This record gives sequence, C-alpha cells and structure tokens, in this order.
Amino acid sequence: MVEISTKLIAQRIAESIDKISCEVEDSCYKALSHALDIEDNKTTKFALSVMKDNFDIAIKEHRPVCQDTGMVVVFLEVGNEVFLTGETLQKAIDKEVEKAYTYLRKSVLDPITRVNTKTNTPAVIHLKQVEGKDVKVQVMLKGFGSENMSKMYMLNPAQGLEEAKRLIVQTVKDAASNPCPPVIVGVGLGGTFEKAAEMSKHALFRKIGSSNERKDLDDLEKELLTKINDLGIGAQGFGGKTSALGLFIEAYPTHISSLPVAVNILCHCSRAAEFVIKGE
Amino acid sequence: MDAIKLNLPLDKNELKKLHVGDMVLLTGPMLVFRDAGHKRLFESIQNNNQAFEYKGETIYFMGPCPAKEGEVIGSAGPTTSCRMDKYTPFMLDTGLAGQIGKGKRSQDCIDAFKRNGCVYFAAIGGAGAIYQKSIKSAKVLTFDDLGPEAIRRIEVQDFPCIVAIDTFGESIYKE
Repeated sequence: MVEISTKLIAQRIAESIDKISCEVEDSCYKALSHALDIEDNKTTKFALSVMKDNFDIAIKEHRPVCQDTGMVVVFLEVGNEVFLTGETLQKAIDKEVEKAYTYLRKSVLDPITRVNTKTNTPAVIHLKQVEGKDVKVQVMLKGFGSENMSKMYMLNPAQGLEEAKRLIVQTVKDAASNPCPPVIVGVGLGGTFEKAAEMSKHALFRKIGSSNERKDLDDLEKELLTKINDLGIGAQGFGGKTSALGLFIEAYPTHISSLPVAVNILCHCSRAAEFVIKGE
Repeated sequence: MDAIKLNLPLDKNELKKLHVGDMVLLTGPMLVFRDAGHKRLFESIQNNNQAFEYKGETIYFMGPCPAKEGEVIGSAGPTTSCRMDKYTPFMLDTGLAGQIGKGKRSQDCIDAFKRNGCVYFAAIGGAGAIYQKSIKSAKVLTFDDLGPEAIRRIEVQDFPCIVAIDTFGESIYKE
C-alpha cells in the first residue's frame, strides 16, 4: 500500500482551479480559432473574434475567462494500492475550493432556500477505483448556462439508437443560442439513469480532435457532430458554420428494457484539467 | 464591422434606427441584475413598495466575479436572458428601455420590445474578461445580501454588443 493524503489531492485541485478559471483548455482554444478562420457570416465572425480576444486577455492577464466560474466537478480514479489518509475527500476538497474562490464568483446555493453558501462549495465528486498506486484527478469548472440546456432521456429498445441520435441533435438544436455556442457535447449511452448522466459529464474531458477507442462510437461521434454543425446555429446562435466544437460519447452496458441517453452540454470555453499524483 | 456608438440612457428615437445584426458600442450608466434580483423586485412591486426605479434604464443580465484589489469589478459577461422572460413584458410596458443578455427570447418578449419601441442587445456570452474592461465604475445599489446577484449600477464605455431584437420585432435568432 502507498499513502496519499486527501489534503495533497485537494491542494492540487485548488492550484488547478486558479489556473483553469483564467485559461481555456488547449484543444478548445485551437478549435475555436479554427471556427473563426472558416466563418463567413459577418456578425458571427465578429462574435468569434471577441470570444478569441477574450481567451487571449484572460490568459495574458490571469482573469476569469467567464464570470460563471462554475460549480467544481471532480472525477477521481484511485489506485487499489492507495490508502487515502486525512479527512474525507469531500471535506478536504471543499476546504481548498473555498480558498481558491477568492476572486472567482461564488455561484453555489441551497436549492430550496436559494441562500448562497458563499464558498462555492460543496464540490461534486465522482470516485472510482482502478488498479495501481496512483490517483488520477480530473477537474472541471462547469458553467450553468450550458448545464441548464442538458437533457436526459430513457428510451425503450424499440426506439433504439436511431431515436437516440435524433434526440441528441434535437437537444443541441433546442439549446440554440443559450449555452454560448459553439458547444461541446458529452453523451452517455446505456447504464442506468445516473450512470448515463455521469458518463455524459466525464466525456467532456476528452480533447477536441481525439478519437474514441471504440470504432463504432467514433463513427457515431463524427456523424452526430456533422449533423449538429449542419443545424447552422453558429457562434452565439447568430448563424454560421460551427455549432459544436466536439462531441464525445461514453457507453456502458444497460438493461434489456432500456436505452438511457444523457446529453451534457458545455460552452465554447472548456475549463478543465487533469493530473496524476504518483504513489511512491 | 462598423459599430454604431450609442449613449445611455437610451433615446427611443435613436433605437428606431437600429436593425437586427447591427454592432453597437454602448457608453453610459446601466443597471445590472439577474434571476434573484428580478424575483425580489417583483415581490416588492406586488407589495406596493417597489425597491428601485427602472424607468428609462437598460438592464444588463449579469452577475460578476469579485473585483481584485484596485479594480472596479471582476469578469462580467452576460447570462442567459430567457430566464428573465417572465418578467420582461411587464417591465418594458412600464418604462424599461432596453435589455442586454445572451440568447433567444420568447415571442411575448419580442412583441413587447416591438410594442414599446425597445431593443434587446446580445452581448457575447463567455467573454467575461472583455466586458470587465469596458466597465469603468460599479457599485451595489440594493439587495447586497444576494452577493453576485445584487442590484448594481455600472458605467460602461464602448461596451460591445449586437442588436438581437429591434423595434420592428425582428430577432437575430432563427428557429
């Protein structure tokens, strides 16, 4: 067994938050630049140029890219030879998130009373055990203009993949201008209700331009991305060539009675990072 | 793109010259509030004790990041406007001049913009750092306890936006 403290994990997450709130994930930056290069619509091209200038200013001057500095979502893959020491992950991570949100907007509140927690906590933490001695951490600051446009469908087998495809495209169409397009789309296919939703979020950590390990899913990603871009939503919904920068699918075996489909939408600025803490 | 420079408070005669897709640079004072601010304003109106006046004003739907030391405000891009749709027709009918946010609006809102000769401007969603730079002063007017959702008065200079719904009832967002 190797020991890794939850405090160390939390501190590394806090360092990530400070960095990614004021930057944009590299593949996302490149994809947005490409969208700007190929756009013909005058208004949309202007919007894209403002979006790119905004990235540049945020990075150069270390300012939050977007005022919605999101809710903190963490995916942890903990090796089965790792013994986590110290406080619980939730406690340790929340303490460091609170410290990290000094100049970042605190957007988290009680769902019933709507009273702000004033700390941007709690974070949403997903924990998975894997083989090995390391802890892999993925952090995302998830904005809710896009989160609000996400959808969940429980299809029956007779509706099948064709209906799933139609609904994925329809979800992006209905979201239209709201989630700050061009969007990034995460799709969870299969599993249970909550498993599909979790996969759709996790899929958003994929780099734009990367291929799905499963050939059939890779083909499906390309087909859906083309269909979404054919919608012509364009940047900010002003109409144009690029409605989505990427679409990523995760799948999991499901029940004979069902086909869960979750569609999680992310805006044009992905604020995400991943790192590994090595167990010695 | 050639930008049209407009001063705030908005002059309704000037608004008639604007068309969907026009790029505009706004300069002057505006009000800032979003979901919780609207909810509370409407509660105050229902209780016959209106918390603040919005006649002739332009509202920017935004909740900023905290200001760093020596700065007036933090990142300050627009939030999704459709969440304010239920409040909008009443406010336009009772004197509000304009709104700034991002994303499409309901037909009821479009009709109200046309009926009252008002304009809805789209700011560029996600461009928080750019908009921060156009804000020259900011102060909380009321509802301080709402934190990022408090009612603010800001002064902007050359605030970039696009005419998204014009006084003719045209919208930039196509179905």
